[in-house]
Amino acid sequence: MKRPEPVQVIKERRDMGLAKLVGQVPYIGWLGIGFERKGDEVTATLSFAEKVIGNPTLPAIHGGVTAAFLEATATIELAWSMLWDEIESGRIDAAQLTPETMPRLPKTIDITVDYLRPGLPRDAYARARVVRSGRRYASVQVEAWQDNRDRLFAAATGHFLMPEPEG
Amino acid sequence: MSLPEDPQAAIARRFIAAIPHSRELGMELEEIGGGVAVISMPYDPRFVGDARTGVIHGGAVSALMDTCSGAAVISHDATPEATATLDLRIDYMRPATPGQRITARATCYHVTRTVAFVRAEAFDDDGDRPVASATGAFTGGSGKETRTSTEALS
Repeated sequence: MKRPEPVQVIKERRDMGLAKLVGQVPYIGWLGIGFERKGDEVTATLSFAEKVIGNPTLPAIHGGVTAAFLEATATIELAWSMLWDEIESGRIDAAQLTPETMPRLPKTIDITVDYLRPGLPRDAYARARVVRSGRRYASVQVEAWQDNRDRLFAAATGHFLMPEPEG
Repeated sequence: MSLPEDPQAAIARRFIAAIPHSRELGMELEEIGGGVAVISMPYDPRFVGDARTGVIHGGAVSALMDTCSGAAVISHDATPEATATLDLRIDYMRPATPGQRITARATCYHVTRTVAFVRAEAFDDDGDRPVASATGAFTGGSGKETRTSTEALS
């Protein structure tokens, strides 16, 4: 019987794949968004900073930052769900991935953002769910919260164009 | 001496200048007044959404559209001096050409007692083919009872 892989090897492979994927998007780093992984589930964190403020008197997070945070989380979730299959099946070796060989990112067709509460001056979190992922199109829902997971401050639904197979 | 600026436009101009995120993105107010706002943003490699293509991230375009839409709302004669986004839908028609400025034009086309409705479009150097379009609803209408802060939803 085949021995199971050491847990550290599995973790390193998956974390490396996710880090390389996120590294493809300079804007995510600039905005201060980080991604944490538990199994295949990814949670995004938007660190509060002066530059994300939209209303300085409250202060509150800029509506555009909230939209960007949700869109970035949705895109990474969708790309990660595809990359996960490639890495876990062994078709892609995370260690060998370069910006040139990284699978193409999905493109946003549209996104609708609901602003449910003001974004407070503290870190925000988001998780996305791929509702439907076809050969060409995908529909992704994403929710963002701050203090309480059940008190969302924003939510969005986006449609994405899947990358064309390369070759 | 130039003509004195329309008071509503002056409020909108100060409002944009005071937004830290808009300053960070290098947004510049080109036109404002009567429920219409034009705001542009330079190309910057830090705002790229895909390192392989160099195309600006949709989120940066969203921030531009949201700011421009909010400015259009507060520049409208019938609205209060502050607003917050209720919802915003953005359609991405084509990737913005890397290296080019992006300019958004928003119109607050209808105001009720409690809500302001906005349409916006964004262009790069090609002014005939929009990069993106947006529609949104914002807090703050024409009514006296209208709540005027972004805490309206809390």
